[in-house]
Amino acid sequence: MWQVVLFNVTNGLIIGAFYVLMALGLSLILNLSNVINFAHGNFLALGGYLAFTLTPALGYWGALLISPLLTALLGVLVERLMIRRIYNRDPVYSLLLTFGLAFVIQDACRYIWGPNGLPMGLPDMLAQPITPDLFFITWYRVFMVTIVIVTVVGLFAFLRHTRIGLRIRAGTFDLETVATLGVNVRNLRTFNFAVGCLLAGLSGVLAAGQIGLNPNMGDDLLMPSFIAIIVGGVGSLIGTLFGGLLIGMAAALTTVFYPAASEAVIYAILVAVLLLRPRGLLGEEGMFS
Amino acid sequence: MSAFFAAARERLPKGQDFKGQYFKGQDLIVLVVIWALLIGVPFWLPFLGGYTALASKVLVFGLAAMGLNILLGFTGVLSFGHAAYFGLGAYGAGLTLRYLVHSTPLAMLAGTLFGGLAGTLFGLLIVRRRGVYFAMCTIAFGQLWYYLAYSWNDFTGGFDGLRDFHREPIGFGAFTLDITRGETTFYFFLLAVFAAAVGLMGLLLRSPFGRTLLAIRENARRALFLGIPVERHIWLSFSISCFVAALAGTLYALLNNFADPLTLHYSLSGYFVVMTVTGGMRTFWGPLVGAALFVLLQDYISSMTVNWMFFIGVMFILVVLFFPRGLLGMRRAAARNASAPK
Repeated sequence: MWQVVLFNVTNGLIIGAFYVLMALGLSLILNLSNVINFAHGNFLALGGYLAFTLTPALGYWGALLISPLLTALLGVLVERLMIRRIYNRDPVYSLLLTFGLAFVIQDACRYIWGPNGLPMGLPDMLAQPITPDLFFITWYRVFMVTIVIVTVVGLFAFLRHTRIGLRIRAGTFDLETVATLGVNVRNLRTFNFAVGCLLAGLSGVLAAGQIGLNPNMGDDLLMPSFIAIIVGGVGSLIGTLFGGLLIGMAAALTTVFYPAASEAVIYAILVAVLLLRPRGLLGEEGMFS
Repeated sequence: MSAFFAAARERLPKGQDFKGQYFKGQDLIVLVVIWALLIGVPFWLPFLGGYTALASKVLVFGLAAMGLNILLGFTGVLSFGHAAYFGLGAYGAGLTLRYLVHSTPLAMLAGTLFGGLAGTLFGLLIVRRRGVYFAMCTIAFGQLWYYLAYSWNDFTGGFDGLRDFHREPIGFGAFTLDITRGETTFYFFLLAVFAAAVGLMGLLLRSPFGRTLLAIRENARRALFLGIPVERHIWLSFSISCFVAALAGTLYALLNNFADPLTLHYSLSGYFVVMTVTGGMRTFWGPLVGAALFVLLQDYISSMTVNWMFFIGVMFILVVLFFPRGLLGMRRAAARNASAPK
């Protein structure tokens, strides 16, 4: 029994880590640009596929490094060419735009890499279990969680201790004032969007090693990420972090006792939060209402 | 009802009728054209290579999008989760027919109440949220129903959808309307329900309540200062649009004799929104025009290529970037420019 529980706890940690990476990227973009990026899951898939294509040339480690950067670059293009044009319009347009974009990217992936799942090769040392007793904990799982922790800590340090990070945080509260103070908000938003896509691309490479590649691999992560943001509180990145971990763990632990309800419990948490604490666990009162 | 209108009319300045503002000669022509086209579908559509079931689909999706437009276009609040209420209507009707009674009207009533009341209750939770946050809550909550239908295999049929039910003939005492046979009969049944629903929606939007929604859309803060209970109006508008979407959902279940979890999925919500925007979300008939365009385009593209999602996605992007007013919205803008003093 303890092995089953431990298995699901590690699972929860890993799923939660993916929710966190996805949701942090979404949250960054939502906070600064007021755009819900429906295509975020497709940037994730793109990151995975790019790594798949780059691995023969650069090796796994090279692909792990380059592919998120390429995803971010693509994010810059998308932001500059399309999303930038609709910042000042009704939110319906940004939702429709990214929704259409999600379709386009997903079908493009299907066209380029084929509709069937592809396996992502891992370096041998990562594919081994840590000990025979805990056969389900491979080094890869440890590696994934480590990378996610390093990335998240790095992101928060960046936001706290650099000038650009300070501007992003300030822009979350009052973009107009930030613009008045002489900050180039257009570039700031582009950069911020790119960071969000970078996180999505990185989660894509990591997810590909765990579950393989398919054109809609990001779809299952998108909804829980939305819920992580709402549960954590819109506007608070720390909240998003906790929200992601919370629903990941809750879903995994429910799997131990009643697998069919593992999705339902996420939605139960959502409804409970909306009922009891509508601003979210760490959200600020009045920010988005 | 007439006393209600009379009281409302008294509040208007003398000589001004709130109905009169809407009915211009041009609008009357539009109305006649739309209804003539809709009634004539079984006669002209086959000549153009279409089939009546396609027009039935347009009516059903058009009704759902017009319902959504009460909220989106006439109140200025974005819901990206209306497929949930559409799908709940479909499942409500399907489950009633399969497990409870073999009666089409009762199934429609049950489905509409089911979806509409779910929306009404959920609306209470989120009515204080604004903008994208409101939209995000509607998306996330909508998916709840998708997963429920998806995983509750024994009751809902799971991923394969709900089968083993079909629409029943409707008895009117002396005679029976057999809508089970013949596409054309069922199309006219759909059209009758559609006409009734659209008529009610038109009345609603021209009532003082509808005008208040417009005021909220234009300036919610000012409306609040004028003493209008803004949140209650948004909640009512959300609920009404959910009831209309649910009614459309019951019709969809009757049309296909089938309800599948994809009718609850957020991509269908996205389709409803894109139909509304393509047709013109500030116009009454826009969503129907958008639905016709969307259904025809999807039918055509998916018969040409497996990568139809790519083209539909490109259509979304083009509409947003280049035709944000929508087809009917552009017509109205052109008319306004023509009549403006030079």
